[in-house]
Amino acid sequence: MNQMGFPLLSLVTWMPLVGGVVIMFLRGEAAVVAAQSRLVALVTSTIVFLLSLGLWFGFNSADPGFQFVEQVPWLPQWGITYKMGVDGISVLFVLLSTVLTPICVLASWESITSRVREYMLSFLVLETMMVGMFCALDFFVFYMFFEGVLLPMYLIIGVWGGPRRVYAAVKFFLYTLAGSVLMLLALLAVWLVAGTTDIPTLMHYSFPVGMQDWLFFAFLASFAVKVPMWPVHTWLPDAHVEAPTAGSVILAGVLLKMGAYGFLRFSLPMLPVASATFAPLIFALSVVAVVYTSFVALAQQDMKKLIAYSSVAHMGVVTIGIFTFNVQGISGALLQMLSHGIVSGALFLCVGVVYDRMHTREIARYGGLADRMPVYAFLFMLFTLASMGLPGTSGFVGEFLVLVGAFEVNFWLALFGSLGMILGTAYMLYLYRRVIFGALTRADLRSIKDVSPREVMVFAPLVVITLWMGVYPLSFTGFWEASVHALVMHQQAALAGAVKLAGVVH
Amino acid sequence: MNAAVALAEIVLALSGLGILMVGVLLRQADFRFASLLTIAAFIVAALLVAVEPHGTGLFGAFVTDGFSTFMKLLVLAGAVLAVLMSLDTARETQVQRYEFPVMMLFATIGMMLMISAADLMTLYLGVELQSLSLYVLAAFARDEPRATEAGLKYFVLGSLASGLLLYGISLVWGFGGSMDFAVLAHTLSAPAVASKGLLIGLVFVISGLVFKVSAVPFHMWTPDVYEGAPTPVTAFMSTAPKVAGIALLLRVMMTPFGHLAAEWQQVIVLVSVLSMALGAFAAISQHNIKRLMAYSSIGHVGYALIGLAAGSAVGLRGVLIYMLTYVFMNAGTFGCILAMRRRGHLVEEISDLAGLARNDPLLAFAFAIFMFSMAGIPPFAGFWGKYFIFAAAVQSGMWTLAVLGVLLSVVGAFYYIRIIKVMYFDEAKEAFDLRPASLSLVVGIGAVFTTFFFVVPAPFVAAATLAVKALAF
Repeated sequence: MNQMGFPLLSLVTWMPLVGGVVIMFLRGEAAVVAAQSRLVALVTSTIVFLLSLGLWFGFNSADPGFQFVEQVPWLPQWGITYKMGVDGISVLFVLLSTVLTPICVLASWESITSRVREYMLSFLVLETMMVGMFCALDFFVFYMFFEGVLLPMYLIIGVWGGPRRVYAAVKFFLYTLAGSVLMLLALLAVWLVAGTTDIPTLMHYSFPVGMQDWLFFAFLASFAVKVPMWPVHTWLPDAHVEAPTAGSVILAGVLLKMGAYGFLRFSLPMLPVASATFAPLIFALSVVAVVYTSFVALAQQDMKKLIAYSSVAHMGVVTIGIFTFNVQGISGALLQMLSHGIVSGALFLCVGVVYDRMHTREIARYGGLADRMPVYAFLFMLFTLASMGLPGTSGFVGEFLVLVGAFEVNFWLALFGSLGMILGTAYMLYLYRRVIFGALTRADLRSIKDVSPREVMVFAPLVVITLWMGVYPLSFTGFWEASVHALVMHQQAALAGAVKLAGVVH
Repeated sequence: MNAAVALAEIVLALSGLGILMVGVLLRQADFRFASLLTIAAFIVAALLVAVEPHGTGLFGAFVTDGFSTFMKLLVLAGAVLAVLMSLDTARETQVQRYEFPVMMLFATIGMMLMISAADLMTLYLGVELQSLSLYVLAAFARDEPRATEAGLKYFVLGSLASGLLLYGISLVWGFGGSMDFAVLAHTLSAPAVASKGLLIGLVFVISGLVFKVSAVPFHMWTPDVYEGAPTPVTAFMSTAPKVAGIALLLRVMMTPFGHLAAEWQQVIVLVSVLSMALGAFAAISQHNIKRLMAYSSIGHVGYALIGLAAGSAVGLRGVLIYMLTYVFMNAGTFGCILAMRRRGHLVEEISDLAGLARNDPLLAFAFAIFMFSMAGIPPFAGFWGKYFIFAAAVQSGMWTLAVLGVLLSVVGAFYYIRIIKVMYFDEAKEAFDLRPASLSLVVGIGAVFTTFFFVVPAPFVAAATLAVKALAF
């Protein structure tokens, strides 16, 4: 078990499934079952959230290693262990998942009316997979969770999505699967060479330089699709547009972070040389993502699609930060990931609010909502500003740190990266102006109602976190400072070693 | 002559004759009674297999070892599930006669002989006993033109394959000097002895066996026969005989011809890649679920053969685990397919599944599990099979094969998730008839095994490791 003698991580991981089993056995009339499913899902995910707070308070941020570690032999003769643990890099993503799930359940309270039982079940399974993925300390276990995320998400998009949901769901499934099967081969190669799939061991295992290149591309195939990086981002707009609101929130909030997390957990520490070799490639792809998708976002007519493209741009900034290999860059990338998780989730919820009322996401169908929905206009503004990276909101600190880190690497990289912030301001303000300001011309908008108390409850935690991250980021960056520092030191040592080795050979 | 090693087969054969007698003597003895007796006979045989002494017997023509125990248990499990599935579906599919389970029993004896073959003649006898029983089973619904056509087609092509096999055996015997596996292995241990004639014979033997496991390029019969045969027969054909065929292929390649690995490996690699590719691409355009399963089984054989192509103990273990997971998910899938009945008639179109998630959520859920498992999505059993197979390919340095394999599995995933799409995303159609308990049982066994395999994979892996040790490692 772990140092506390209490399997906290396993509890947080598997608890949602217990709720899922309860939901499966609910009996009675359809309406009753639906109501009870919602309640069970909310209660379960809230308990999980409260449990996960133990990580927030119990985490020792001075320790760069893994904490709350627990392990059980699983396939001992293959060196595969069920091993869970968190370090500074992963701990907040566990919390991000556990925060967003109850919010999603609450956000779907009224908008999902058909097959509520299955919907809530999917969300709880999804939570197990997400949390498990961030906690896994065994590559094999990680892979199981990483792939496992596909199943509930496929159903969420496909069953409860919009008109083109089937196309979007299948595209999402196949894109992600194609990437991850290549990672499976990399996993097998890693296991073959190192003889173990234990992540802490692998992180300090030096793979032969020639092999690192291949492994890097196999990992890249998987993580780039998840991030998503240009040019494999095309599944994202489709999936976002067609997914139900809560599905988009989880997609943007947590699923996109899985790719970036994969880079930090696997590519950087395990393949330091290859990561350094191919950093320019990643930078190039990221810059294209930042600039190109920002322009694409500017041209969108659909609110969700616009935010989806903005996600690609924001994640481009994240990948730039990760591959700068300095503390500022990586720290900034982590903060940007958290911030984007909260802010883009909130933006999708904002779209969801008006979509529930008007059943359209077309920007041109709105306008002048500020008159009728002042509270909504305020919330939307806050998250718009956060998405732009206004100082005082969460978006600013992360992007700023990434750009500082990028500046140390290359001036042009920083310049193009900051172009993203400028373009981001443009498309977000343009969206905001068209939806909220202007004259209220459409008759059906006159009777639109402002946010309900339930919706305020959904948004309140997100508002608090956004401002908290913007005003006092130290309470978040403090978690990973030691881990990121150790990661950067490890990277530099490995590179120095590789250079020395090359010197000996020549 | 040490007949004790073949005790399970002997008991099974006697029970088969006994059940036939019962069927004839008790005029009113019905199909159900015979089926239950058959299941009992299978269970007794399984117990005997589990405790059977290991060694050679019957003048060196028959061998029992860890490998045969593992594979026979698997075959018997598949056979029991198949008989269970036919219990309540026989009437609709016009196979409700007491000879039906008896034919399955004799086919199973054939499979067990194949698994225990230590001699090319035993091999041929086993293959023929199994095949002849299957020909009859395929055409069992006498008044159904499709079934008769399937039976005839299967018979003609199957006989051709048997001819190839026999011709190959004669060449091997002529150039190798013996039909006994152990003697052949000894003779061929110096590769210089392997003459051109023997290699040609080997290729013929492989062709014949590849036909029996329906791998490309000898797969043509599969879709037609799967579609035309009564569905309980299809369920049977796609499970136990596949296991036996793969087992036979493994034993023949590893034991007598183990030293010629360099010669047959390339053939197996080719067969494997072609099967995976055809299984993946040809299935996309199918609309009949039985045809789809035919292509799916071709693809699965392709994956299993990767392990043989790797030619290592790890690879063979991968094949064993793959077949283990395959038996349960495939039986479960056919349980679901047999449950597709409207007003007493089986329906076979994929579109008939539309909206199953609303009408029968449990069945749809189980079906979805099987489909995800077949696509190789963790944590389901099918993923583990693929994992061990690819681990072997990677270990043997067969990167091209491994990369092709995983990419084709993505193509395959497309049609598996299409079924889930139809069940979950499409508008509901008319509900199916009430599921009979026997089908629910089979689907339940399959689903539980497929879902929870990941919890304790270790004992199965250990059993497979032990089984593989018997094959010259």
